[in-house]
Amino acid sequence: MKVQLRNPTRTLEVAGPVSIVKLLQQLELNRESVLVIRGGTLVPGDAILDDADEVEVRPVISGGST
Amino acid sequence: MKCRVCREPAVIDIRRHNANFCVEHFLRLCRDQVAKAIEDFHMLEPGDRVLVAVSGGKDSLAVWDLLRELGYEADGLYVGLGIGGYSDRSGQRTKAFAEERGWPLQVIDLRDDHGYDVPTAAKVTKRVPCSACGLSKRHLFDRAALDGGYDAVVTGHNLDDEAAVLFGNTLRWEAEYLARQLPVLPARHGFPRKVKPLVRLGERETAAYCVLRGIDYVVEECPMAAGNKHLGYKEALNAIEAASPGSKHAFYFGFLDRAAPRFADAAPASGEGEVLGTCSVCGSPSTNDTCAFCRLVERTAGAQPVVLTAKGSS
Repeated sequence: MKVQLRNPTRTLEVAGPVSIVKLLQQLELNRESVLVIRGGTLVPGDAILDDADEVEVRPVISGGST
Repeated sequence: MKCRVCREPAVIDIRRHNANFCVEHFLRLCRDQVAKAIEDFHMLEPGDRVLVAVSGGKDSLAVWDLLRELGYEADGLYVGLGIGGYSDRSGQRTKAFAEERGWPLQVIDLRDDHGYDVPTAAKVTKRVPCSACGLSKRHLFDRAALDGGYDAVVTGHNLDDEAAVLFGNTLRWEAEYLARQLPVLPARHGFPRKVKPLVRLGERETAAYCVLRGIDYVVEECPMAAGNKHLGYKEALNAIEAASPGSKHAFYFGFLDRAAPRFADAAPASGEGEVLGTCSVCGSPSTNDTCAFCRLVERTAGAQPVVLTAKGSS
């Protein structure tokens, strides 16, 4: 499957099937810090992604010091 | 995964609530949390007219949308900071959001209207960019709210923002800042009331709200904020949250409930404290003859503009 990451924007190829929770573990990402988006909507943590899927892993942490 | 409310397929899990939600009930949860924050902290009254500080990011666009959903007369104010392509894209998203909905948006551009931008101000003052950015935004939002007769300034600070600031202030026991770290600051001394209706929502939730509402926000991080302490505190707190869901909520709301009153007598740490007079240039409250914003305008006048490299223009 194609996994788009941000900051900087890049695309990874990841073998399926894999659950969202496992995917984020593989990418060493904290589930509190990202959303997984497919086709314009959210993908729940227990969803299984297969090789044909294209998903975006979007960071949610933002902000300056004020 | 099924929605806790209706048992239909869920789209998001919120571990600190130990619950999953479908689209409809997640959006309802967000509205309910904002309504509860407004009520619990007496932020707004029905019919209040408010000015939302919008940046084009997820939090400010979400809070604007949520306040409108809850029936408040909420207008927007966007300040163009001059941070290269990042500011260009932020301004475009903000204007498109307002235009699509027909909601009033006031735009101020630091370079066009006041002769400087954040990168240039940071260079001239030899301070971090977030300092000039925060100073500029606070002054301009306060001024616009008072001039426009608004009842309050609304900012998009969320639970993660507040917990991270609290974490930093606690690490250094900044009593004066702790005394002011409240979700609502009443109007006083020529300053408008300031409220933070998103304090009961984490930023994963505000981002999810935008995705599910089809709000096209700026996802990229401000290139000037990259690597700052605030982001480091957020990452540290998220590591704790992952191991112990609910920690950020307990930390922040525990502070408000049990610790904040103990700091109430600490002297204010900013220029909003012991205001003795008004700025001779703009008339804003100031402890000096000239307020910090007008001094910044003076210092940056004629300075060679800083041209950002790839980070601000990519």
